[in-house]
Amino acid sequence: MKRAEAIKTVLTVLSDELVVHANGLICRESFVINDRPQNFYMIGSMGLAASIGLGIAVSKPERKIVVFDGDGNVLMNMGTLAQIGTLCPENFYHFVFDNEVYGSTGNQPTLTNVIELEKVARASGYIKTYRAINSGELRVIAEECLKIKGPVFILVKVNTEYDKKIERVSHAPEEIKKRFMAVI
Amino acid sequence: MIYNASSFIYLLKQQGINFFSGVPCSILTGIIRELIDDDSVTYVSSTREDEAVGIASGAYMAGKSPVVLMQNSGLGNSLNVLTSLSLIYKIPCLMLVSWRGYKGKDAPEHLIAGDISEKILRVAGIPFFVLEKENIENVIMSAMKLMKEKSIPVVILIKNGVLG
Repeated sequence: MKRAEAIKTVLTVLSDELVVHANGLICRESFVINDRPQNFYMIGSMGLAASIGLGIAVSKPERKIVVFDGDGNVLMNMGTLAQIGTLCPENFYHFVFDNEVYGSTGNQPTLTNVIELEKVARASGYIKTYRAINSGELRVIAEECLKIKGPVFILVKVNTEYDKKIERVSHAPEEIKKRFMAVI
Repeated sequence: MIYNASSFIYLLKQQGINFFSGVPCSILTGIIRELIDDDSVTYVSSTREDEAVGIASGAYMAGKSPVVLMQNSGLGNSLNVLTSLSLIYKIPCLMLVSWRGYKGKDAPEHLIAGDISEKILRVAGIPFFVLEKENIENVIMSAMKLMKEKSIPVVILIKNGVLG
């Protein structure tokens, strides 16, 4: 499955959940599919989407926090998984779109063709972990996992295909923040 | 007034601070111990300094008034998040940064970082204050005011022994 298809599948299941997006193509694809005010797009700070999500999750326990992450991002700050597992926020849903490469920079391999990140998450204390390899499966998992208490980790295997002409997020960073804060 | 960890935290709370995240430093031991025992605030112990800034940024967007604690050695770890998140999205936090290697009196690994801490902050465009025993209230008030006005992180450098 293409990552854009995976993102679209998860977005279809969401209602007003807050979604923190890791930097790069994940932001751009989600922005094109459905530019919700509940979307926080990172344009830099690779590896920190889950930290930002965690800060929101512990501060707003009544809201569901979704993180759209990448395999390179998770590997960059893997200690964050241990921190999420230890703090164990019930409202934290971590989707990792794993294409096994650094896609924005020329498809250099990450490590996830060998390392199964959902196992790292499980060992780090996530309550439940999933692996989805097609969109039908992903839809069922997304619907199910949002009904249970987290933290939940969903490893979504995707391919490296994407629209080379995909537009960038057109909102300025401050605007992204203000819009997002207005709906928290 | 001489401030210790407890009264220093009280002063921060009076200014509206209600969320803390950070990586420990021996200079900050007393403050962190108090925070862990204090049920009226959230303290999230972090694995890296940039992660602490990320967590604080999330907390800020969710309505909290956050503090980040770290050793000055962690400023390097934080430069990316400060420049590509905090400064461009205008997400503030008060950063309490312990100053190891101050005036060249410390273990070798702290000397260079101690020497360049102020320079790093100047180059990055992060305003900072140096805490002294006699200016604690003024520094806190001024740092909070500047942080709110500019909506960016503001650093308070804390030397060993300043908080009794």
